[in-house]
Amino acid sequence: MFAPVTTAAAFVYRGAFELFERPMLALQKMTGAQRIAWVFLFPNLLIFSAFTFLPIILNFFYATTGSDRILLSERPYVGAENFASLLACENYLDPNSCGRDIFWRAVHNTGWFVVLQVGFMILFSLVTALVLNRDIPFRGFFRSVFFYPVLLSPVVVALIWKWILQRYGVLNATLEGWQLPVVNWLVEADWAFFWIVFVSIWAHMGFYTLILLAGLQAIPSDVYEAAEMDGASKWRVFSKITMPLLMPTMVVVIVLSLIRAVQAFDEIFVLTGGGPGSATLLVLQFIYETGFAFRPQLFGLAAAASLLMAGVLLVLTLMQLAATRKQAEG
Amino acid sequence: MSTVLSFLTRRRGRNGFDLTDWLTWLYLLAAVLLMFGPVFWLALSSFKTESALQEYPPTLLPLAPVMATVEGYEEPLPLFRVTGGEHEGKVLAQVRRIGLNAQMVDPAAPGERVNVNINDRVPEREFTLALENYTTLFERFNFLLYFWNSVFITVIATIITVLFNSMAAFALSKYRFRGRTLVFILIIATLMIPPTINLVPIFLVVSELGLVNSPWGVIWPAVATPTGVFLLRQYMLTIPDDLLDAARMDHASEWRVYWRIVLPLSAPALAVLVIFSVMWRWNEFLWPLIVLNRSEEFTLQLALNSFQGDLQTAWAPLLAMTVLTLLPITLVFAVLQKYITAGIAQSGVK
Repeated sequence: MFAPVTTAAAFVYRGAFELFERPMLALQKMTGAQRIAWVFLFPNLLIFSAFTFLPIILNFFYATTGSDRILLSERPYVGAENFASLLACENYLDPNSCGRDIFWRAVHNTGWFVVLQVGFMILFSLVTALVLNRDIPFRGFFRSVFFYPVLLSPVVVALIWKWILQRYGVLNATLEGWQLPVVNWLVEADWAFFWIVFVSIWAHMGFYTLILLAGLQAIPSDVYEAAEMDGASKWRVFSKITMPLLMPTMVVVIVLSLIRAVQAFDEIFVLTGGGPGSATLLVLQFIYETGFAFRPQLFGLAAAASLLMAGVLLVLTLMQLAATRKQAEG
Repeated sequence: MSTVLSFLTRRRGRNGFDLTDWLTWLYLLAAVLLMFGPVFWLALSSFKTESALQEYPPTLLPLAPVMATVEGYEEPLPLFRVTGGEHEGKVLAQVRRIGLNAQMVDPAAPGERVNVNINDRVPEREFTLALENYTTLFERFNFLLYFWNSVFITVIATIITVLFNSMAAFALSKYRFRGRTLVFILIIATLMIPPTINLVPIFLVVSELGLVNSPWGVIWPAVATPTGVFLLRQYMLTIPDDLLDAARMDHASEWRVYWRIVLPLSAPALAVLVIFSVMWRWNEFLWPLIVLNRSEEFTLQLALNSFQGDLQTAWAPLLAMTVLTLLPITLVFAVLQKYITAGIAQSGVK
């Protein structure tokens, strides 16, 4: 069944080679054998420039200009007005006192989301990695069990849970069967928030489990053997050997998951749409709605909010760099 | 089996299973239920008819009423088991309902009609897969269009990603030229700039290029992945330079060195990047949501999102479509799971 496919692939592979051979040879004659490296770099750098480097600079232009026009030449300069409008707050702990109360509600939600999601996810990932690191049968299978949801698309993840959590869904039917009260899970604000944290842990913990497991397996076994000879208790082995030796991996995992959680959007947007009200609205959804979904499209405000988010991400990334450097040295 | 036996007979404590063994096993069992259960429930539900989906509490398996063709009636009639009254225990076909009574006939003796209280009968049901949930996707929901859009973006973007990233990685690992370190640092630095913070300006670039509502507006911004360049460069560094020099001695062009020597030797790393790229593009949501506004251009993810947002969510086709969307990734995972988990554990990217 695969024979025609591989033949076709080989044909395309050879064809592509011949297609580019002459022009590349001509370029090589012009540049010489070393500077042809730039020719190889060119396509990637072009895309990077257009869609990464240039936008970074443009972002500042958008953040300092107003109106709903996308073309920069049509946008009047407004200075720091966008930032001022986002940051105008009497009391940062109370979104209602802010000019852009929706933004601050999103900031508060994101703050809680990051703390709860990362905290519990790391805890569960660590427990799971410790369990999977034991000498159990079917370890590969169980590893896949935890990892499988990682590959599912956010939209699919959200729909799976929406189907379970709806008012007449299987969860409420089960609760009713056990004579427990039913809840309209995605309509009650606190429960909706619980479920976005839960679902996002469900979807992503397999990834961090895998990295922690790799970290655990990198700990040399003779350390444990030595501890066993000395008659160390299990808890002592865990707290004095496993945890300190796993710490570098742990730090990387924590920072990585923090960076992801700050930008959480997809599953939550499909699952709750930010609702009820703005109970599960997160910062990236605010940016998306301000810049693209709502009219007028406030590109400047969206860009300013992105830059504030970028600031947080920058701090987290620098923490990661420091952590990995420490890891490399240690 | 031997692993099970050794597991069952191995003991940590003196007497049989110790507490941690029990906890481990309990934890794993709960995990299988929690991680696979929801997907399994979705798949089961997707085979239920719309009316069975409305049922509360839901049945585990997709069930449909048993229908019987009875002599003298054109349409097939639903069968009921009578649970009370004078006809208790019989299986009858319902002709029609009048108020609290149901007119029923015995399929074996269709001549005589009997009246049964509607509370004295339960529908006879059997395991039936409502395949029409799936067929209507093709007939009424344009599934093939969305599927094709997703496949097009995924395949083309992956080919371009692998090509561009491997070319850049080749340049960065096999040549010494001025500015090499700078370029490498620049590319790695973009790892720290997720596209989510540049949404507005990337949209400007895409719209200036006329790529709004075009699959290319989704493809181009994503093909130069710093992850891919980094992954491939690290791998290509392990390919000995002597091999390349030997080919150059034989007057191979630099393009030939790249295409005929370095690429085939990098196959394992390329495979990892292909898997990642397929996963990224197939599952991508926010950027397509911004760029693709016309439903003819929707990817599967966007189509799913727009259907679930309808006021009257028709769950039956929606569930079927969700299953078809997660199927390709699930198959890829089932076949390649060892390589995927190993690739991710080694590179630490997702």
